[in-house]
Formats: sequence, structure tokens, C-alpha cells
Amino acid sequence: MAAPLLSIRNLTVQFRVDTGWVTAIDDVSLDVGAGDCVGVVGESGSGKSVTALSVLQLHDRVSTRMPSGSILYQDDDLLRAKGSTMRRIRGSEIAMIFQDPMSSLNPVLTIADQISETLRQHQGLTGAAARRRVVELLGLVRIPDAARRADDYPHRLSGGMRQRVMIAMAIACKPRLLIADEPTTALDVTIQAQILELLRDLRRELGMSVMLISHDLGVIAEFAQRVVVMYAGRVVEAAPVTQLFRRPVHPYTMGLIAAVPALDSEAPRLTTIAGRIPGPQEIIPGCRFSPRCALVQPSCLDEPPSMQTVGDGQSARCPPRIQVLGVRHG
Amino acid sequence: MPVILIISILAFLLLSLLPGDPAMIIAGEQASPAAIEQVRRQLGLDRSFLEQLGIWLFNLARGNFGSSLILNQSVLSAVGERLPVTLSLAALSIGFTIPVGVFLGSLAAYYRRTWIDSAVMTVALLGVSIPAFWIAILGVILFSVQLGWVPSSGFAPISQGLGGWFASMALPALTLSLFQIGFLARMTRSAMLDVLSQDYIRTARAKGLSEWRTVGKHALRNALILIITATGILLSAAIGGSVIIEQVFALPGIGRMVVQAIMARDYPLVQGTMLILGFTFVMINLIVDILYTLADPRVRHD
Repeated sequence: MAAPLLSIRNLTVQFRVDTGWVTAIDDVSLDVGAGDCVGVVGESGSGKSVTALSVLQLHDRVSTRMPSGSILYQDDDLLRAKGSTMRRIRGSEIAMIFQDPMSSLNPVLTIADQISETLRQHQGLTGAAARRRVVELLGLVRIPDAARRADDYPHRLSGGMRQRVMIAMAIACKPRLLIADEPTTALDVTIQAQILELLRDLRRELGMSVMLISHDLGVIAEFAQRVVVMYAGRVVEAAPVTQLFRRPVHPYTMGLIAAVPALDSEAPRLTTIAGRIPGPQEIIPGCRFSPRCALVQPSCLDEPPSMQTVGDGQSARCPPRIQVLGVRHG
Repeated sequence: MPVILIISILAFLLLSLLPGDPAMIIAGEQASPAAIEQVRRQLGLDRSFLEQLGIWLFNLARGNFGSSLILNQSVLSAVGERLPVTLSLAALSIGFTIPVGVFLGSLAAYYRRTWIDSAVMTVALLGVSIPAFWIAILGVILFSVQLGWVPSSGFAPISQGLGGWFASMALPALTLSLFQIGFLARMTRSAMLDVLSQDYIRTARAKGLSEWRTVGKHALRNALILIITATGILLSAAIGGSVIIEQVFALPGIGRMVVQAIMARDYPLVQGTMLILGFTFVMINLIVDILYTLADPRVRHD
């Protein structure tokens, strides 16, 4: 396998709180290959967005630190990259769209202004040329009447339209990697489907890699080729999407899949995972999922389990299950 | 318009409630009761309260603000002579304040919780806490007496050359600015703190924009709404604050005149000045409202 486009290695991110520093994500590794679509799934608070924001170094500098790990993109370690290198990569090589399109666009600037800013920054495009490209991009994300819409302010657009604008902005410079952080969470279900379809088409047309963050396993199943499951700041399982659904290894993954409601199910209640995700300040010995785990064993509480390869590109952080499954160690 | 009507009635009421008889003051201390009575009749002060109010409003509607009792001048021309001095003082001080205050406030917000933030906020706190007259006197001692850069008092009209006017106005305006800069820096800091934590700032950074563009364009444009409000308040406050500054620097402005008018119970002059200042404040607010619509497309009507 060729070197991945983006490689996050053993990343740890800490946030400043009143009493010191808490670890938001711990020892996270994941790869995104060229042209790949990797889904990152987990509950709120699992560290998905923190991981995504780390790639472009968009955390607040005052209250965040990254004491270990690396984020390799081509020849650069983004954790240690200069400001000018980061600015060259942001929006041009790696672009990002965010969860809430209502607040992610600047309310006092027109859409054309906000999109053409990216074009000017990275491609030196100004004036009529930039304008043409803006209208072209708005057409590409299927905004009707693009030429007229370009001069609107964000508050005149619906949530779905604003997310399309965000996407237009993100793909303006044909990035090699698009990070989509819960791009459909704030939208209606029908709009969700349209946005996902748009993203899928654009990915194919532009040949870009996508890192899709979602708490919705259904969205991930539809969109991603590989899935990374996160829990309480750690990666607990990573696998190709079909493999993950056919044979989940980690009990948390099993719980997530069981919690997806099936339309033909006659169960009167939705399946849930008992308990709640621990906060970053809670100290849990050993496996962080153990308090909620149905299959917990005494050894789980001894020390944090390490990530072990199961085979077929699948790996998980649950030694007891791997032993039970009797799968080969790769 | 209703606001201006209310101001005019208030201006009338306020002085009628004050103690002291203007007729007695104008006629002089040794005047006979008959002479006082004659002055009173001349001024219309012998009529009933409602009649006086009616005459006052009727005259106002015709643009007649009456005549000053002490200046031998119509109220309009007395105010008209002095208002430009006060307004240019306020404008010049705001002109100093906006760039400095906005810059310092943005700097503090951007470097929040660092020594830069603390330093700026300390200066701002000093600015709003130190009384203007004290700063004014210190300023005179330093810049006029010690350094001799500017005259210690007096006024050179702008018509006699820009340099002289600026020299006579610079120190008073700077003195006024100190409070304003403190106020505006604090307002800007809190507005910028709010804006800098917004999602669209993250979007701007994610686009690869420089910090300068992110803060200077994306953040500042959004903080502008609060900055405009603060500036409107400051401009009104500057006109009020000019009373003290004009006294200290002997500037022939409206603040100084109104103090003299109150001392002399010059009813028409005080009333007229109040009214014209009230009108000025209304205009300032109107301009602020117009600027809002320019700064924020969300309040613009289609």
C-alpha cells in the first residue's frame, strides 16, 4: 500500500481547564489514503471533532496543547508546521466543512465575497474571473439561480443552502482532502440525504479523499469505505465498512450497530447502550468502556488495552473479544 | 419629531421649576418693585404657566428661540457661534479615540488572558477612572508649560488656519479622548471576545486566511455594530463632557456658555441651548441607526 495522504499517529490533545489540563483525545491514530473515504463515528464527546480540528490546527491556541503524536500530510508534520505552511494547506490542500452551517458563515459578508476570498488567497483569482468561478462553484453544489444568489447574505439562505455554500467554499481550490465534521447533523432528514449525495458526487468528480465525522452510523455506512470508531477520546476499532457491520469486534461497536433502529423491527423500544460516555476529567482504570460493557472481565480494569490487528484491515482495542473470536494476529 | 417636542417641553419645565427670579436678577439688586414688575411683564413671566408654555412652543415652531438676557444676542446666534467649537472638539476627540480604542480593544481580545490583555485593560481602567479636569491640568503643565508645544488655553478659529486651530484643540481633545479610549477599548474587547469565538472565525481560518485578515476583516466587521453604538454614546457624552474641558482650556464653546447662562438665570439661553443640544443628540442617534444598516445586512430592509 502506498503512503497514505494523511496519517494521524498517536495524537494526544489536551484542553486547559481551571485545575490544569485534561486529555480530550489520547493516542489516536488513523490514516486517510488518496481517494479514500474514511468515516469517524462515535457518541458526542468521543473526540471525533477534536481529531478533525487538529488536522487543520484550528483549536484555540491558548487553551489547547498537543503534547505527543504527529499528523503527517505529504512531507509536513502539521503539528509542527509553520503558520505560513498551515495557511497554504488550509482551504487549498485540505478543506473543512462544519456541523452548523447557520453559524459557520460570516453574517455580514456576501456569499460571493466569502467564496472568492478562498480563490484570491490560494489562486490569486480576483475581479471578474473570481466572480465567474464563484457562480460556477455555486452551480456545482446545485444552488439554483447561482448568479443572483451569489450577492445574498447568509441570513437569506436556508440551512441546506448554507451548507451547500460551505461545500462550495471548501471545494473552491480542489482540495485533495475534505474533512466534513457532522455536515448533515443540523439539517432536516431530506436535506441530509441531498447533501450526502452531493458530497458523494463531488468526491467522485474531483477525486478527493474525504474524512467524514458523524455520530450517525447510517450515514457512515452509506458513505465511507473505512470506519474508525471512537470512544471517550480513543480509537476503539477500525475496519473496512462491510467488515465492521459483518463482524464488529469491540463491544462498543456492537452496541452502536445494535442501536441503529431497523424499519422492520417490531421491538417496542429502541435499543440503547446503558450508561453514558465519561467526561475527559473522569478517571477510569483500564478500558474506558468497561463500566458500560456487557462483556467486561476483571482483566479489562488492569491497564488500558492496546490496539490489536484482527485481520482483513480490521483492528480493535479489546483483547478479550479478539481472543474469543480466535482470529489470527496480524 | 415627538422626541424633539418632549425635549422642548422638558427644557421649558426644568427651568420653571428652578428657584430664583430672573426678573429680579435682570433688573438688578437695587431695583424698585415696580421696575422688577416691568421687566417681568416684558419677559412674559407674569402670564400663567400654560400661557408661557404655549408662547414658548409657538415661538419655537416659528424658529424663534428668543433672546439671551445677558448676551444681547438672539439665542440662535449665541448657540450658533459656539456650537461649532464644541462639536469640533467632540469630533476631534472621537477622531483620536476610534482608531486607538478599537485597536487596543482588539489587541486585548486577541491576546486575552496574557500580559498584553492585562496591560491594555489597566490603561483602559485608568482612562475611565481618572477625572478629566485633573488630566487636563496635568496636560497643560506638561505640554504647554514644560514643553511649550501648544497654548495652555484659548481658541483659534479654523478660519484663521488649520495649524492654529489644531494646536488650540489638540490638548482639550486628547484630554477628552482618554476617557473615551478607555471606554471604547473595553467595549471593543468584549465585542471582539464574543465574535472571535464564533464559528465563522474558525471558517475563515480554515480557508487559509491570515490572522490579520481573519481578525481585521471577519471579526472586526461583526464587532462593528457594538463599536458604532459605543461611539454614538461617546459622541453624546463628549458634548456633555465638554463643559469641564471648555472651562479648563477657556474654549468659547457651548458648555462654557451654558454654565454662564445658568449662573445668570438666563432662562431663554439655557432653554434654547438644551433644545439645540437635544436636537443634536437626536441627530447623532439617527446617524448611528443609519450606520447600523450599513454595518449589518440583517437589519437592512429589502
